[in-house]
Amino acid sequence: MNYNWNWWIFFEPSLDGTNTYLTTLFWGLGWTIATALCAFAIALVLGSVVGVGRTAPSPWMQRSATTFVEIFRNIPLLVQMFLWYFVLPEILPRDAGMWMKQLPNAQFYTAVICLGCYHAARVAEVVRAGLESLSKGQKMAGQALGLTLPQTYAYVLLPMAYRIVVPAITSEFLSCTKNTSVALAIGLMELTGAARAMQENSFQIFEAFTAATTLYLALNLVIVFAMRAVEGLAVVPGYGNRRNAVKGR
Amino acid sequence: MLTGFDLQTVINALPYLFFTGMSFTLTLTVLSTIGGILFGTMLAIMRLSRYRAMSAMAAGYVNVLRSLPLVLVIFWFYFLVPFLAQWLTGASSPVRVDPFWSSVITFTLFEACYFCEIVRSGIQSLPKGQSLASQALGMTERQTMIYVVLPQAMRNMLPLFLTQTIILFQDTSLVYVLSITDFLGAAAKIAQRDGRLLEMYVFAAAVYFVISLLASHAARRLQKRVAIIR
Repeated sequence: MNYNWNWWIFFEPSLDGTNTYLTTLFWGLGWTIATALCAFAIALVLGSVVGVGRTAPSPWMQRSATTFVEIFRNIPLLVQMFLWYFVLPEILPRDAGMWMKQLPNAQFYTAVICLGCYHAARVAEVVRAGLESLSKGQKMAGQALGLTLPQTYAYVLLPMAYRIVVPAITSEFLSCTKNTSVALAIGLMELTGAARAMQENSFQIFEAFTAATTLYLALNLVIVFAMRAVEGLAVVPGYGNRRNAVKGR
Repeated sequence: MLTGFDLQTVINALPYLFFTGMSFTLTLTVLSTIGGILFGTMLAIMRLSRYRAMSAMAAGYVNVLRSLPLVLVIFWFYFLVPFLAQWLTGASSPVRVDPFWSSVITFTLFEACYFCEIVRSGIQSLPKGQSLASQALGMTERQTMIYVVLPQAMRNMLPLFLTQTIILFQDTSLVYVLSITDFLGAAAKIAQRDGRLLEMYVFAAAVYFVISLLASHAARRLQKRVAIIR
């Protein structure tokens, strides 16, 4: 291969003049982590609501929850990103649209909301699978004790379901972290975007992508180890075994 | 709200969207699914092999690619493939590779990791007695795999293959980052040329939605039909 390797490129100043390429990559990593955390917070809250909605006895709740899941699962993430970023400001009233377009860090907020909704649909399926894996007796026992349905969910069903699906939530969070890279299409300078910019400006293709790859692998390892600890804490003693925990995609 | 929706733009763009864009997307999806399943099955067999080095190699490949975002992998291969082709063919300079084939290679190699995990769990979910019985009948390991294990595992895995293909179909939209004219790329080009972002993106979303929804219903029906009753 006749390719000019130059690993010192990381310490040369990038096009913005002040930072080295290495610094821009770490800024990218920072944006990746921030986007993933914020988006996943939304996904967990919204996903739980929708997941509960899918198992609720009321038909309209079931139907609207199903619609939500189908919409956000069946449109490619990149297209959703464009819808939030380019189309939403045009649909809204003129003033609101202008305000959205001029927001500082608009790409970041858009990416967070878009990824949040996208993963909420997936988290909803995980939560639903967890709720459905519980035996019917749990719900009946809760209601026999005089709890209302919301109370049964809050104090009996959800605490169990969450602990069962922790491994699936882990893999959801991993895929959320990876999916932040799609936001480079709307101009968010996350890790892949930073590596791409470095490659375009310095022509050191493989150094840039090697660095990004290393950082992603490291991030992945950190998440896996952190979540393994959480999984250990969350195991319900005596309830099945860890192998049987619900696997989701 | 949607009063300004200009349907005519969409209608005028239809031939371009479908004949240029969608045909690219579908060919890419089909070729990479076939390639991905073949290579993925190979990886799965390697992963389950008793030779340590082989299973470690396959596991390493699958785990590394699965922890990278697809966008990054697309960039990697887009730049790497010309150099690899040069190395393989012994040419004097990096070979220009057609973006289509570059994406087919990328998606085959990337999705193979996910197909590998599906096949592996399919093989592992078969009762051990199946392979023990065929070995008791005097079959070699290879025969056991080809005539007994894989046919049953594949049947169990068919719905999951279809689900993964739907994911692949949606993932192909990411070739947009290389400015390739797939379905989304075509829609984006028209959108920017005519200044009709709203119409084109909403239409693209609707098309993806309908195709994926129909396919996932088909996957669900398939699941009921192919289930082996034990």
